[in-house]
Amino acid sequence: MDQQAPKQFEGSSTYVATDDLVVAVNAAVALQRPLLVKGEPGTGKTVLAHEVARALGKPLIEWHIKSTTKAQHGLYEYDAVSRLRDSQLGSEKVHDIANYIVRGKLWDAFEEPSGAILLIDEIDKADIEFPNDLLQELDRMEFYVYETQKTVSATKRPAVIITSNNEKELPDAFLRRCFFHYIRFPDEETMRAIVDAHFPALKKGLLEDALQAFYSLRGVPGLKKKPSTSELLDWIKLLVAEDIPGEALRSKDKKRILPPLFGALLKNEQDVALVGGLARGQGGLYN
Amino acid sequence: MFIPFFQSLRNARIPVTLREFLTLLEAMKKGIAGYDVEKFYYLARACLVKDERYLDRFDLVFQKAFEGLESIDLDLDDIPPEWLERIAERHFTREEIEAIQKRGGFEALLDELRQRLAEQDARHQGGSKWIGTLGTSPFGAYGYNPEGIRIGQDRSRHRRAVKVWDKREFRDFDDEVELGTRNLKIALRRLRKLVREGRDEELDLPGTIRATANNAGYLDLKMQRTRTNRIKVLLFLDVGGSMDDHVRQVEELFSAARSELEHLEHFYFHNCLYERVWRNNRARWDDTVPTFDLLRTYGEDYRVIFVGDASMGPYEITEPGGSVEHFNEESGATWMRRILAHWPKAIWLNPVPQAWWGHTYSIRQIDHLMEGRMHPLTIEGIDQGLRQLT
Repeated sequence: MDQQAPKQFEGSSTYVATDDLVVAVNAAVALQRPLLVKGEPGTGKTVLAHEVARALGKPLIEWHIKSTTKAQHGLYEYDAVSRLRDSQLGSEKVHDIANYIVRGKLWDAFEEPSGAILLIDEIDKADIEFPNDLLQELDRMEFYVYETQKTVSATKRPAVIITSNNEKELPDAFLRRCFFHYIRFPDEETMRAIVDAHFPALKKGLLEDALQAFYSLRGVPGLKKKPSTSELLDWIKLLVAEDIPGEALRSKDKKRILPPLFGALLKNEQDVALVGGLARGQGGLYN
Repeated sequence: MFIPFFQSLRNARIPVTLREFLTLLEAMKKGIAGYDVEKFYYLARACLVKDERYLDRFDLVFQKAFEGLESIDLDLDDIPPEWLERIAERHFTREEIEAIQKRGGFEALLDELRQRLAEQDARHQGGSKWIGTLGTSPFGAYGYNPEGIRIGQDRSRHRRAVKVWDKREFRDFDDEVELGTRNLKIALRRLRKLVREGRDEELDLPGTIRATANNAGYLDLKMQRTRTNRIKVLLFLDVGGSMDDHVRQVEELFSAARSELEHLEHFYFHNCLYERVWRNNRARWDDTVPTFDLLRTYGEDYRVIFVGDASMGPYEITEPGGSVEHFNEESGATWMRRILAHWPKAIWLNPVPQAWWGHTYSIRQIDHLMEGRMHPLTIEGIDQGLRQLT
């Protein structure tokens, strides 16, 4: 490959990307279509955008969606209230309406001269019509500002990464325009690579024991919330900080005992009771 | 080659459109997949599948459409040696080409292959002469010989092409399978659809301020819809006996449903609904509620959801005194009819797979009583059911 080829995303020393993810990201970047990323919480959906921005050497613009977010917020907002106040105070600014147009994240991304990475985080939190309202803007990468009667169009199309937690169905018209990737929960080998990337100096024995404890905990039937990758990393950080030896993680009677510092892994008192109950040999929830 | 693939995806009820197909072709043109089957699979998946519930079906179709792609029959006489040479120029380093030359060039290599194929008929792995896997012989898959020829690589090494879709890792996400823990969460989000309906109007304060400012200071009142839940649900859960298999599922459904709906009342019954139900499963003998009380307490605007496998003896439904636990004055069917008359909007969710319903007489009986409003406890079933409730 020659030197001039566009930069490709390949994962990094701190982010382990599986092959399918790499293909999906590169396809979306090359074809300038949005990439929709779904997956269990804590599998690195949001971090992905940071890593892509770093790998491609482009600025990252983050737009976090809330239940009250409207598509218009991403484009621009007309601050009528300040204008009203300024008019009552007799400010000169009031004559130019452009002074009261507040830019949104999408506008920022469009104006980035080198092309930005735009992260639309948790799109499913917003109203069901939200994705539809953005169709045109994401497709053509331009929008019209009514107040100033100008069209804002992207100088260089930003790469758009959209994450979703599946709380709402996304409209078909929107999906058709995206690439889609589902981040699966990593298998043990990938997980080892991930932990390695984050804790390169971790003792081999501790890693093995921690992973085993982690996967057996995930395997406990009936957990309300299974611990995820980010929780595993937090937990290992704690283990290292507290200097807990790997032997402490190896439980004596099978795998059915709460590991030390389990609070980092189990976030729900029913789950703690469930695992703890199993450890004491009381059987499941329903006995 | 790709158009039949596209057709079979559509036949498998995966919602692919022409636009997505063209996107795939465009991506292929840009060389994103290169000439790697695995990458092509990933690319096709990212382009064509937009929901994880279709991933498994996609894997199946892909498997069928591209079966044997990795193990193309090598008819040695059909490959002119010049082709291989040209490929070699592109892929091999000069050292590697020299190594091939040392063995007498491609023609010699092919001759040797032909000869060894004739000599060998057993499977072989490792070693340095025979055709097989993992060796340093020039022939066979996974080898480390630069002049090697890949033959018959239908079984792949760790994470290699064909296996990726053969594994069918997304089986759990198909919405036509029964509910698993994860599916359940999705199912409950369907319940939320009910939650977000409302008719009442309330003052939209930020909207009013903005509208007033837009209006140059003249008051402009804005109203908005309330987001509070207007839907009331009565949940009847079958416990004990044949439902033990499903009890965890049902409990999960129930505990999650409670956080989703404001007006949710739940009661337990066993097998079929009779004159008494209970609220707390632990105290089921001491703390029962007469069903008549429910009929009096909850108005007909309540929606009723039964969750049960409806698998019991037929007489438990049809006969007075048919209950296995106590003597019931009136038959289960009478009670079911009474309830459906009071709450016309009712559905029955059944964890038993739909295909088996015909084999259990009592399921057909209940389905008949429910006038066909029995749905499987799958996401699709819940979806259909909820549509009937609204």
